[in-house]
Amino acid sequence: MTIVKTNINRRSFLKASALAGGGMMLSFSWLAGCSPAAEETLTLPKEWFELNGYLKIGENGLVTIMSPNPEIGQNVKTSMPMLVAEELDVDWKNVIVEQAPLNTTVFTRQLAGGSQSIRQGWKSLRMAGATARTMLREAAAKSWQVPVEEVTTEASMLFHKASGKSASYGEMASAAAKIEVPKEVELKNNSDFKIIGTSRNNVDGQKIVTGQPLYGLDYRREGMLIAMIAHPPAFGMKLKSVDDSQARSMPGIKDVFTIKTYPEEYAQQWCDVDSFPELVVVVGNTTWEVMNARKALKLEWEQFQDHEIASSTFWGTTVKVKVPGGLENSTQHAKVMADLSAKAGTVVRKDGNPEAVFKKAAKVVERSYSAPFLAHNTMEPMNFFAHVTEEKAELVGPIQTPEYMEKSVAARLNLPLEKIEIQMTRQGGGFGRRLYGHFLVEAAVISQKIKAPVKLIYTREDDMSFGVYRPAYHALYRAALDADNNLIAFHVKAGGIPESPLFANRFPAGAVENYLAESWTASSNISVGAFRAPASNFIAGAEQSFLDEVAEAAGKDPIQFRLDLLDRALTKPVGKDNDYEAKRLAGVLELVRNKSNWGQDLPNVHRGVSAYFCHDSYVAHVIDLVMENGKPRVEKVHCAVDCGIVVNPIAAINLVEGGSVDGIGHAMYSGLTFTNGTPDQTNFNKYRLIRHQEAPRAIDVHFVPSTVDPTGLGEPPFPPVIGALANALYKATGKRHYQQPYLGEGITLG
Amino acid sequence: MAVINLNVNGKKQTVDVDPKTPVLWVLRDHLNLVGTKFGCGIAQCGACTIHLDGTAVRSCQLPVSVVGEKAITTIEGLSERGDHPVQQAWLEHDVPQCGYCQAGQIMSAAALLKANPTPSDEQIESAMNGNLCRCGTYVRIKAAIKTAATAKS
Repeated sequence: MTIVKTNINRRSFLKASALAGGGMMLSFSWLAGCSPAAEETLTLPKEWFELNGYLKIGENGLVTIMSPNPEIGQNVKTSMPMLVAEELDVDWKNVIVEQAPLNTTVFTRQLAGGSQSIRQGWKSLRMAGATARTMLREAAAKSWQVPVEEVTTEASMLFHKASGKSASYGEMASAAAKIEVPKEVELKNNSDFKIIGTSRNNVDGQKIVTGQPLYGLDYRREGMLIAMIAHPPAFGMKLKSVDDSQARSMPGIKDVFTIKTYPEEYAQQWCDVDSFPELVVVVGNTTWEVMNARKALKLEWEQFQDHEIASSTFWGTTVKVKVPGGLENSTQHAKVMADLSAKAGTVVRKDGNPEAVFKKAAKVVERSYSAPFLAHNTMEPMNFFAHVTEEKAELVGPIQTPEYMEKSVAARLNLPLEKIEIQMTRQGGGFGRRLYGHFLVEAAVISQKIKAPVKLIYTREDDMSFGVYRPAYHALYRAALDADNNLIAFHVKAGGIPESPLFANRFPAGAVENYLAESWTASSNISVGAFRAPASNFIAGAEQSFLDEVAEAAGKDPIQFRLDLLDRALTKPVGKDNDYEAKRLAGVLELVRNKSNWGQDLPNVHRGVSAYFCHDSYVAHVIDLVMENGKPRVEKVHCAVDCGIVVNPIAAINLVEGGSVDGIGHAMYSGLTFTNGTPDQTNFNKYRLIRHQEAPRAIDVHFVPSTVDPTGLGEPPFPPVIGALANALYKATGKRHYQQPYLGEGITLG
Repeated sequence: MAVINLNVNGKKQTVDVDPKTPVLWVLRDHLNLVGTKFGCGIAQCGACTIHLDGTAVRSCQLPVSVVGEKAITTIEGLSERGDHPVQQAWLEHDVPQCGYCQAGQIMSAAALLKANPTPSDEQIESAMNGNLCRCGTYVRIKAAIKTAATAKS
């Protein structure tokens, strides 16, 4: 039993209640396991009783649970309320889930990023449920005149066994709301979980399959106008002149003007990344009219020179960051990366004497890997609703970082934080793109200027050419083997434009006596940011492809080769900063070896393996390729995952399946290249995402049974699958792959 | 601008719009039927899929002036009670992650099953190939279509 201190106070949740009172984001989970027929039998209660900011109970027993974090497809809107419901001991079919607005008084870390929502909410959400349950028990004890310790709960009911008394949560809700909030509460033992660890369908499922308004782009308000922006056609350019005479006179157009999203003196936060801070805006009645008017703008652009922007640091100080001028090209990027990789980098970690050992090695394997910029391509393009008046700013839409962007928009509008209200809609994908909320600030500035509610919409072309991209990466690997084929030295030198993907303390660091990790970067004016499993999304595939070649050179089975290294890392680790648990990494490899029947020889099945640690979780993949009509097809993906306790298996499996497909897709097909600063791909006719015909035929997901608190799951399945794919392709075709997307190396999936 | 009569989900609708306006934006901006999604605007992602006389079409590239008498069905009108076999199969398999592309996927799948009640795996993949899903739910989509096919036949 875990006892936790509560940090709930009554005043804070009254504020939450007032904010939620608008009823804008009400989301009914009638269908959390119910059929449409059952839906009609449930009615809303006459009165809600708030026990804390996370939940309220109706007199008829319905419970509303607030889901605090942005829902970007990672299932938190279902799985986070499950944590509250577990400790409340409520019957899940009586639960309504509501998306909480941004409320920093009640909720902590309302952010979707780093695969941390469940991990960070694990205690606080359960505490909220346990607190309410304690108050219900105390209310019952008081009412029945019995000791509170003798009051038990089960499935939304309170019991006193000795007297035979019982009451529903609904009956006791009014009295419970008057009970003092307990100072500390007990959390359940894992073995007592009834909801955690059981599959619960998506609370928005019925709304999604019937096309109900859920997303930012679906949001509308009476009198709302539509806005679109025109941004420079190339990174490295800025606005020179605007001729809007024709656009202004077009049907349905209200106004055309320029805005500065972030003024020059503003110290940008990390999530304010924005390559195009000055934009032309067209505002009108309907999307089609605004699209047409935007085409009629006559705009001139010019190159900017090297300059500096103000940036706020983690510690709250302001520093100047250099933005280089110039129009960049992908061909030049490739040359810069090759050149820098040939020079000495910054040594990040060194164990033993790698230089000397490489010189005396019996065999040295050396390979280089690279990957291009990637656009996030959330299926729902960037958009946001804003209604800014002198009294307040209302913002509604898809954003992963509402708490941070509240500060940005408050600073930009010169309004205090209390006057900024941010509501999160369901989000048509995030993948890191919506961490960077310049579009939210743009919408606010536009609404302030036009003095009307407005929805800013990006087209796909806007979305893809005004990106905060995954950087372009490069990694050089060297491995030294002795005469007995033991790995005696390992060297990685990794860099990127403009960030390095190196994780110097991850495997195989700790497993090799002589180890060297170097890093380098090259500057760029192309905006970059987090993309599903930042940096891991490249380095895992490179490293795991390389280890496959090293195992082959050593004449060893690729799984046993890794397990032997992990055994060394576990029993006699080299260095002390290794940031993975060798035992758990070995655990997923052993599980996937077992579940895939690794080692059995099947006709026309070509297999590759990979394993990686990131976001506190461990994932291993085996991919089975079959050759059909001369093309490889992914017949099956076997996947083993150690992410601690699995909260909602049906959704967790879905995330692992999706991450695997997404990883295969990006490694095979996706890439953003630049010519004179302009993206060469601005829509899905040129930018390739994986499609149905290229997807795996089957994906088997296995979780390592665990009692460890939950760790990340949205990101960890993505990086390793790339290595498994490359290694399986080698088995199928005899060709190793070094440059993503592999499509460019002449391979497609059948 | 032109006054255009439409048959949407069995109801007569009249809109006064630029005849070149794609059906997608007529649905979303003028008729407040926002279940049909905007994804790419060039018929490459399938998020905007609707039925025109029962056939799946991309509404982002379909000017409203060419619809004429043809019946438009959107995700909102696929079934009266949200219980079309494809919708039910989607719930059973808990297909959606972010969910944004799923209306288009469902409309493509429903049109496929209407034309071919027992499609092979290859026929499913071929019919669905124009519908992108960045979350990567393809395996579940295929499983759900097979379930719906079994339920229907």
